[in-house]
Amino acid sequence: MAYSEKVIDHYQNPKNVGTLDKASKNVGTGLVGAPECGDVMRLQIEVNHDTGMITDAKFKTFGCGSAIASSSLATEWLKGKSVDEALKIDNMTIVEELNLPPVKIHCSVLAEDAIKAAINDYREKNGMEKIKFEESVIH
Amino acid sequence: MLQLPIYLDNNATTPMDPRVLEAMTPYFLNHFGNSASRNHPFGWAAEEAVDYAREQVAKLIGADPKEIIFTSGATEADNLGIKGVYEMYASKGNHIITATTEHKAVIDTCKHIEKLGGEVTYLQVEPDGLIDLVALEAAIKPNTVLISIMYANNEIGTVMPMKEISAIARKHGVLVFTDGTQAVGKIPVDVNKDGIDLMAFTAHKMYGPKGVGALYVRRKNPRVKVTAQMDGGGHERGMRSGTLNVPGIVGFGKACELCMLEMESDAARTSKLRDKLQAALLQIEESYVNGSREHRLPHVANISFKHVEGEGLLMGFNKNIALSSGSACTSASLEPSYVLKALGLGDDLAHSSLRFGLSRFTTEEEIDYTIKSITDTVLKLREMSPLWEMYKEGIDLDSIEWAAH
Repeated sequence: MAYSEKVIDHYQNPKNVGTLDKASKNVGTGLVGAPECGDVMRLQIEVNHDTGMITDAKFKTFGCGSAIASSSLATEWLKGKSVDEALKIDNMTIVEELNLPPVKIHCSVLAEDAIKAAINDYREKNGMEKIKFEESVIH
Repeated sequence: MLQLPIYLDNNATTPMDPRVLEAMTPYFLNHFGNSASRNHPFGWAAEEAVDYAREQVAKLIGADPKEIIFTSGATEADNLGIKGVYEMYASKGNHIITATTEHKAVIDTCKHIEKLGGEVTYLQVEPDGLIDLVALEAAIKPNTVLISIMYANNEIGTVMPMKEISAIARKHGVLVFTDGTQAVGKIPVDVNKDGIDLMAFTAHKMYGPKGVGALYVRRKNPRVKVTAQMDGGGHERGMRSGTLNVPGIVGFGKACELCMLEMESDAARTSKLRDKLQAALLQIEESYVNGSREHRLPHVANISFKHVEGEGLLMGFNKNIALSSGSACTSASLEPSYVLKALGLGDDLAHSSLRFGLSRFTTEEEIDYTIKSITDTVLKLREMSPLWEMYKEGIDLDSIEWAAH
């Protein structure tokens, strides 16, 4: 199976690989996937309390090239967005941007789940109620 | 000069030896006859070539030429051998014993037999991939007709104790079938010394062409018969109808002859390169060899790199190095290799494996390049792996409640 150029580019030059201080109150961490499924994504956001803007985003991913690319792309999109805007990132936009084939759609779902999990972690840390999301359809 | 891409996926298929192609060429052109045409020189030439190839093939495995049934490949030979025995010996019993690490061509054939009303025992293997002989003997029942255990495994290269297996089978009057696809031509296989009654093997894993294989069927002590699985002109002593693939068979014969002559030197060279590759890759922290190191094909190594996913790993170099992985992502099924799981490997290690298969044509330069590429990619991906970070922080990954997926 051939990868799209965008997937290859993210794989070769991943953006925002790294770790934010997960103990910090303005950092939200989402850890999704499972080792036995062959992909685990950890996505972190740093939020400015006053503005509600995402000032930084980092990821680390165990998975195939499409999973790495999906999370790399997600961190790029998150930076500079407000938390509310971030909630609107849909996995299908990741699929379109990266030209993911059907067997790799679950990678984009995982990235969307990771964003939501990070936001909920941030909300919880700051005394806000967790948002209840509908189950993702494709896994 | 190092030429890219490098081919190290020789368990999938081998390149053809140019000497094999040379032997085949006349049988596509001048000698195009049907070997079953008995009445003219075109048929005679084809028949003579097939007879000669049959001798070359038989000689490699210590068989009589009359015991070789040419097929389209090992999958067909697996089907013919197992289904053919099941049908032929129906009055004697309907139970077959095999193992969970067999090739799909054997496992799925056995599943088919279960649907027909047959009974199949799938033996678990030991953590090193070898069969437990005590468990094998214990599985034999009065209605057991066949034991089907592969000679060498396609994913991990583990070589089964065929002599011991066949000794047990003999004691209980049970026939032994083996899928010899990965072993024949690479290590000494002798149907008499090994006590094999039926064996499937194929040309394209031993520097021959694709589309031709054989089923060995013992003719003496005991005389074994299989029920044909295809109806037609009664070729191959009635066991496999269909016009013979004359150029393919000629190539198969030549490939067998070359393996006979060069097996020892090929094995010595590939095992030295394999050992170099393995030793260098084991220098990487948390890397493991899967399957027995001792009872293993000389040119094969299967290695897991913990906390790095196999397909992601392949992507780091698969433009330049052809390899395969036990990772789920390389197949559409999303299930990691059932062979590695059968060894008791966790899914995470099964997802993290690479399979190396060297060949007669592999060079030391290629191995050096491979060592460097893989080491660099593993280290790079570990920097990117959340699991590696957690492992380094001393977090027990099993203690984490992973989201159901």
